Amino acid sequence: MARLKQSIVAAAGVTFGITMFITLMGFMTGLNSMLDGLILNRTPHIRLYNEIKASEDQPISLSPEYKDHINNIRSIKPRDDGKEIYNGLAIVAALRNDPRVFGVAAKVVAPVFYNVGATDITGSVNGIDVTNEEALFAFSTYVPEGDITDLNNISNSVILGKGLADKMLAEIGDIVPITTARGQQMNLKVVGFYQSGLADVDNITSFASIGTTQKLLGKTDSYLTDIQVKLHDLNLAPALAKEFQAKFGTEAVDIQTANSQFDTGTQIRNIITYSVSIVLLVVAGFGIYNILNMMIYEKMDSIAILKATGFSGNDVRNIFINLSLIIGISGGLLGLGLGFVFQIIIDHLPFETSALPTIKTFPVNYDFKYYLVGIVFALVTTFLAGWFPARKASKIDPVEIIRGK
Amino acid sequence: MSEQIIEAKNISKYFHDPVKVKVLKEVSFSINKGEFVSITGKSGCGKSTLLYILSTMDTDYEGDLYFDGELLRDKKRDQLSHIRNKKIGFVFQFHYLLPEFSVLKNVMLPGLKLAELSAQEVEHNAMEKLRILGIDDQAKKLANQLSGGQKQRVAIARSLINNPLIIMGDEPTGNLDSKNGLIVFDIFKELAAMGQSLLIVTHDQDFADKTDRIIEMDDGKVIKQ
Repeated sequence: MARLKQSIVAAAGVTFGITMFITLMGFMTGLNSMLDGLILNRTPHIRLYNEIKASEDQPISLSPEYKDHINNIRSIKPRDDGKEIYNGLAIVAALRNDPRVFGVAAKVVAPVFYNVGATDITGSVNGIDVTNEEALFAFSTYVPEGDITDLNNISNSVILGKGLADKMLAEIGDIVPITTARGQQMNLKVVGFYQSGLADVDNITSFASIGTTQKLLGKTDSYLTDIQVKLHDLNLAPALAKEFQAKFGTEAVDIQTANSQFDTGTQIRNIITYSVSIVLLVVAGFGIYNILNMMIYEKMDSIAILKATGFSGNDVRNIFINLSLIIGISGGLLGLGLGFVFQIIIDHLPFETSALPTIKTFPVNYDFKYYLVGIVFALVTTFLAGWFPARKASKIDPVEIIRGK
Repeated sequence: MSEQIIEAKNISKYFHDPVKVKVLKEVSFSINKGEFVSITGKSGCGKSTLLYILSTMDTDYEGDLYFDGELLRDKKRDQLSHIRNKKIGFVFQFHYLLPEFSVLKNVMLPGLKLAELSAQEVEHNAMEKLRILGIDDQAKKLANQLSGGQKQRVAIARSLINNPLIIMGDEPTGNLDSKNGLIVFDIFKELAAMGQSLLIVTHDQDFADKTDRIIEMDDGKVIKQ
């Protein structure tokens, strides 16, 4: 019964649809996870810190006499411990014991001036817990030159932001002078360069070990300004942030609040990808429907004689459904194969941008899930596309055809 | 009196479109085993319509029709399909061979559907039928590579594959020239001689005159048996 050429065209339609689906899904989700990773991987799920703010309890508001008045006399300034998290080490220890917490990395942020000749560049030194920073945020990914463990192994060492290093004409092994806001000066040895891809960050940030930063600030080794928490389940972040805020008496911000626009972007990109792919497959489905319909008109005589010689309506229907399923399976499998080939090709296309130092080619997600969705969708559309013409064929009355001759 | 294959009692048939017309008017007759019967009449007298009712393909009629002793009215479509497959062989004016398949495969198809024999046995039978009709040398060709007369002979071979109780023909020589028409008639005659029952609709009076019995119809009625 099969008209080979038409069937091949129909199968090619399915192949095209599935190929595009697999390729698009792999490419889009690959891009998505790369973009998400750009932010999410180096963003803590919850960040605990201290906000510098004026005391809530100003003297005048404590006075019963002026309780019902608008009070705008404020005299008590923030305390001088500034951004220090009170009892930071104890909080870190408590968080480490929390079963919901995947990991904790403490941090000391020091506002500094980088002394370049006669001028100073404002910026900050991040004192990091190198081991945990690497474990939680893949810190070394952003250090294209130099070795991050040198921060611990070499005393008074620093990893400079790439933009900053360019301005300071600093190279690995050089000694750079750094002054804190309070006037303490210190010479740090450059052991690497940091490149996040965000120029604003790379121009002002550098990294040192926690100890070095504490020394720079002249603080004790209990001085911490940020505690970064990574959770097992990202979705618990908002609830836990509130809990930690109340429990530890610090400010806490969760990743969803801090980066809400990213979630939305990811969702919208997914919706676009799915709708484009589904449209492609539906179009392919209509192609099959059309071709089978035409085939049935062409094969009226054959269907009539099959029925006259004892084939039942069900037999005829099965022939056409089988045909469309064969088209669907062969086209679909070929589509999966071609999709995989296209994914590989995209994966090897060079994609070099100064913003993303670690990425050399386009990112592709080879998730098996999309192959499964693709083949299931191919079978469902071809089955439906075959079902309606097949039903029509099964209802053909042989008498009418044979009489007509 | 020999066994009856078909017994029709008061068969009436209406066409509803565009107006209700009674095309068959209380037709009654019977056909015995081994008979070679022809139905003749003018064009439009209802002879083809009658044949399609007898062949079980048309179920929209009034009256009682017995086939091989069974009343057909309450049979389901699948059961009717099975009866057509097993007990009736068809030859139409047009050959209706499937052009994609070889001659042999065309002949085998109803046998494969019946599935009472293995594919090898059906193939063997099909070759046997083709040999009887003298076209076994064409078995491997595609159906549309044959001449008109050969195609019609293949169609007859196909009708014989399940050793049916009766062969029904609707103007089987209508599309053939007189020489091929004669060949086809001779084949029918030989089959009849071997005890095969045949019921052939034709408007060719010469053809009809050579059969055992003529049922002559006019205006939806049997006027002479």
